[in-house]
Order: sequence, then structure tokens, then C-alpha cells
Amino acid sequence: MTEPLVKPKKKNPVLRTRLATLPPVPRSRSALGLTRAAAEGVFEMQVCADCGTVQYPPREVCGSCLSEHVAWKPVDNRGELIATTTLRHSNDLYFRERLPWRVGTVKMAAGPSVVAHVHEDCAEGGTVRLTLKLDRSGQAVLHALPEKDTPNMNDAPQLRESTCDPKFRRVLVTDGKSATGMAVARAMLEAGANAVFLGDASTWKTVPAFDKLVASDPRLQVVELDVTDTDSVDRLAASIGGKVEILVNTADYLRDGGILNRKDVNLARDAMEVNVLGLMRLAQAFGPGMCFRAADGSNNAVAWVNILSIHAHAALPARGAWSASKAAALSLSQTLRAELRGAGVRVMNVFPGPVDEEWEQLTPPPKIAPSGLAKAIVKGLQDGVEDVYVGDIAEELRTRLRENHKAVERELGQ
Amino acid sequence: MSNPVLTQFMAELLSGRVKLVDLTQTLTPEFPIIQLPPEFGQAWPFRIEEISRYDERGPAWYWNNFSMSEHTGTHFDAPIHWISGKDQPDNAVDSIPVENFIASACVIDVSAECAENPDFLLTVEYVKAWEQKHGRIPERAWVLMRTDWSKRAMPREYLNMAEDGAHSPGPDAEVVPWLIQERNVHGFGTESVGTDAGQAHHLNPPYPCHYFMHGNNRYGLQCLTNLDLLPPQGAVIFAAPLKIRNGSGSPLRVLALTPTV
Repeated sequence: MTEPLVKPKKKNPVLRTRLATLPPVPRSRSALGLTRAAAEGVFEMQVCADCGTVQYPPREVCGSCLSEHVAWKPVDNRGELIATTTLRHSNDLYFRERLPWRVGTVKMAAGPSVVAHVHEDCAEGGTVRLTLKLDRSGQAVLHALPEKDTPNMNDAPQLRESTCDPKFRRVLVTDGKSATGMAVARAMLEAGANAVFLGDASTWKTVPAFDKLVASDPRLQVVELDVTDTDSVDRLAASIGGKVEILVNTADYLRDGGILNRKDVNLARDAMEVNVLGLMRLAQAFGPGMCFRAADGSNNAVAWVNILSIHAHAALPARGAWSASKAAALSLSQTLRAELRGAGVRVMNVFPGPVDEEWEQLTPPPKIAPSGLAKAIVKGLQDGVEDVYVGDIAEELRTRLRENHKAVERELGQ
Repeated sequence: MSNPVLTQFMAELLSGRVKLVDLTQTLTPEFPIIQLPPEFGQAWPFRIEEISRYDERGPAWYWNNFSMSEHTGTHFDAPIHWISGKDQPDNAVDSIPVENFIASACVIDVSAECAENPDFLLTVEYVKAWEQKHGRIPERAWVLMRTDWSKRAMPREYLNMAEDGAHSPGPDAEVVPWLIQERNVHGFGTESVGTDAGQAHHLNPPYPCHYFMHGNNRYGLQCLTNLDLLPPQGAVIFAAPLKIRNGSGSPLRVLALTPTV
């Protein structure tokens, strides 16, 4: 059984902070199919359309019949753990700091035999669940997990290397006063976060629900933060930047309106200031510190979460400028992901459909409750994925964008 | 060709018998701005981004870009700011005659009343009583309302928001037309975020200071500070807004020339 994770001690300030190293990065282009699946949290392998053989490792043509029709499809992730070994030596900089490391061979029910990282609760000869996870380099690896969940299984150091579990970590929620921000804070506390910093851009405004939340748990701390003010962001980073292990950017500026029905670009500019430049200011202020602490013990800095919208992928013309700001934020997040990947800090983008909050008052249901959005964020972090789609509308639009993006464009514009 | 008055003025200034007092708040990103209901257009707060600071972005020089609304920080309200003043002649900051940027000032100290009552409204009776003590308000003088609001904690106590909106002092709906008709004042100035009281939308007309002052081509100054350093009468105010084409107002440096004895 996995030993439960112990709450990390206060850092010894005279010891050098261990810098981040990465597991091996290179993958073939075919193998990046696994990375895509891992990033989205699904278990897929190539399946030959002609002979049905499940392919592993990924390849250009079927290993059995040489057919080129090897499409990525969900496959049965169960298998038998036929052999394991525990590495006690490695010349790789990443693994030698994390030894011992258990690996093994799994004979999949779907056919292939694969080499995987093996969870400490898996018994040799037993049935295991394979899961695709992103490692610290952002590439897919196979983890063999116990057939059924075991107590504290997410605390296993090997698995924790591939996830971004909030347990015992400190979280900055950039707009803690919004409905979503408050829900995220609550969910983080429930997930065992050590501290949640709640950003407040309007200290002059009394929000009773916020005051009640803040009084409810000593792990909550209100911090002044206005993402449109570079100085405010810098000051906060100078003060708590070394403590933020998960940053959840909940700051959002949503106003209705297309492009032609307004005579100015003020609301558009306000949206860009918060949703785009705010993200960039946060990245410049908090990114370097998080990279520096990306391998700092069991509560290392692990994740950056952006709450975008499904409309980052397809504009909602009724909210033209807001959609554009979300699309721009998505683009920025991809650059941020590339820049944080070198340290192993993960960027997780969340794409909700409409959320049940005040600026969505006129949006008909179904709407996602802020608590549902927050739960999805925590689960995404615990699973270690990069993209999270929340709610039926987001899921449906995502599927339909793949099928016919022009149809989506026409329909959203009606 | 020299003018003896100007020569003497500079001599008084240099000798310290005339003192300059800065009535301006420092522009910072944190400085509160007026809060309208969120569905209305909003004024930009002061924001600043460094261009370079003796670094790779500019090795020998330091400078910044900044942005803000015309009504951010210590600022001047031109008549065109309000609908009542929209058809007045020379009603924008670029067309106001420059002579109007220098005027004497009367400072009415209501700080004790405001400490008791954040919704204090200045009345005709109060001004008349003030005149009994300090003399009649001269023609074309600024009337500045000293509330000590500038000494309040920013931003919470300064904006003083409650569930029913902001609570800060200002003039009532009768004193403003009286000041214009009976005293022909130049404009009205306050320490709080606007020239009108925090609850002035409930007065008749709403926002009487804006409505009447600008409707009569008079001016406004707000977010002033250091009014406690001025005498009730005798100070001269230099308040020249930026020359923005058709601008409705402007942040500015407000200086007071005040006798020391």
C-alpha cells in the first residue's frame, strides 16, 4: 500500500534548490499520437482498419499486415503485469534523482506487450490498468495502475511525477472574488491544498460570500491582485512568487456584444487587458519563479491553469471581442506551454461552455455550475492532463468542430 | 519691458512670503476611480508600462508609457463633460480660454461635519454662515470643499462603498445654482472622487454639481489634496488641463499660490 504523502516541511533556506531536469524528450511523429491522447486524458492506440491489430509502439504502417490505415482509437486498457523490475541506477539525470523506479512489462488484453512505469501497489502477475500520462517533459508515458483504486495511490512518488495534484501544494487563484474563483478555492482546499491565495482586484467592494469563504478556512489568504496593473502583479510575485505551486488564472472580463453594434473598442480593450495581457503579465511575473521551483521537493511548482472558453476555438459572434480575447489567450497559452515545458511546469487549459454566473444571466441552460467547473479543474490536475473540456456544450462543440467547423461557424452566428 | 507686479510676485515667491502648495494626488495604478454600474462604460484607471530603464530596451534612458481616462486621478471637468454643458461655447479642455486656468479660491472647511456624516451635503445656509466669518465669495472664484477625504485610507474608505453605493460628501441641489447665480463662481472642487456626493444620483436633479456647473459653463476639480494647507480666502489656483482636442476633462497638476502670513 502506498504510504500517504507527508505534509512537506518548511523549506531549509540555506540548502540549494534542486533545479528541474527532464525525462527523455524525443519522440517520433507517430508517437506524438500518444502524447495527444495523454494530454486529453484518453487511452488510445493505433488500430489497423484492415486486420484489427492494435499497434504498439506507434508506427506508420500496421506491424501485422503493412496496411497504412492505422487510426487512433480508444482501446481496452487492461492487461497482465507479467514482469517487473526496480531500477536502482540510471545515467539519466532525471531518473537518477528519483530512484528507485519501478518498471515492468504488461501484456495488454488488446494484444501488444508494453513496457510501463509500474505503480507500487501493482502485484506481479495481477491485472493492471494502463493509463497514458504526460511525464515532466510533456511527453506521453504508460503507467500501470492497480486494477482498482488503492488508498493514497495518487501519493506514490512515481505517479505524482506525472500529475499535478493540489494535495499539499499552494495555489494562487488570480480572481478569488468571482463565482468561479471562490469555487476553485473551495475545491482546492477539499483536494488538500496547503494554502490558497485569493487575488482581489476590488478591495473597496464588499462581497459577503467572499468574506464568508475567507473566514471559513485558515488556509485561505486574500492578496491584492489586479492583472491589468503590471505593478500589482509584480508586487504580488515579489511577495508570494516563491510559494505558488499551482496558478489558476480565473480572471475574466466578459461583456456581451458583437463588433458592429458598438461604436468603440473600449470593452474589447478591457477584455484584452484582462484576458490576454493579464495572462502575459502573470506569466512574466510568476513563470520564472515557478520554473525555478519545478523540482523543489514533493510540493514542487507543477501547473499553470488557464480558464479559457470553448469559444477560444470558435467565436460566439454575440460576444465578439470576448471570443477574440479567449482565442488570443489560447494562443498565448501555447507559447507559455512551450516556455514552461523546459522546466516541466504543465500548462492546463480549461474550455468550459457557459458558466452559471452573473454575466451569463441571459444564457439559457445548460450552464456549468462554478463548483462543477472547479471540480473539473481539480480532476484535470490530479490526472495531469493539458486540455479539459467542461460541460455538454463544450464537449458537443469540440466534437462538431472536428466534424464540420464551417457548420459550427454558421450556427454560432445565427 | 518688465511688469512690476510680476517682478514683485517672483520676489514674494522666492522669499517664501508666497508659497506654492501642490493640490495634486500622485498618479498610481491603485488610485481609486469613480465606479459606475458595471453595465456602463468605465473610465480607465492609471496604468503604466516601462519602456526602458537603462537596460537592453534603452541603455541610457528611462521612460514609461501610461494610459488613463480623462477623469482619472486629480482632474479637471470641462463643461462638455455633462449633457447640460454640451452646447456651451468654448466648453472643451482645448477651447477653454487660458485665462480661466488661473482663479482665486475659497476653501470651505466641512471636514468636521464629514467626519460625523459621510453623506454631508453643503447648503446655502452653510455657505452664508461661512461668508459671515470669512467674507463674501468673490466673483469668478473656485469654491473648494475641504472634507479631509484625501486623508482617508485608499481605496476602501475613500470610495466608501455600501450596498446602496458610495457615501461621500458634496454640494446639495440648491447651493450649486445659488453659487452660480448669486456669487458667479468659477467652478467647484472636492477631495473625493467626484464633485458630486456619493449618493448624488438621488438628488434632484441627479448630480447637481455636474448638471448646473457645466450647464453654466463652469468647471470642476476633483481628487484634490492638501486643501487643509490653504486659507479660507486668498489662495490663487493654477489648474490647466491638458490640451486634448474636444476633451471632456483631463488629469492635471493643480497648484495653489498661498500667502504664508
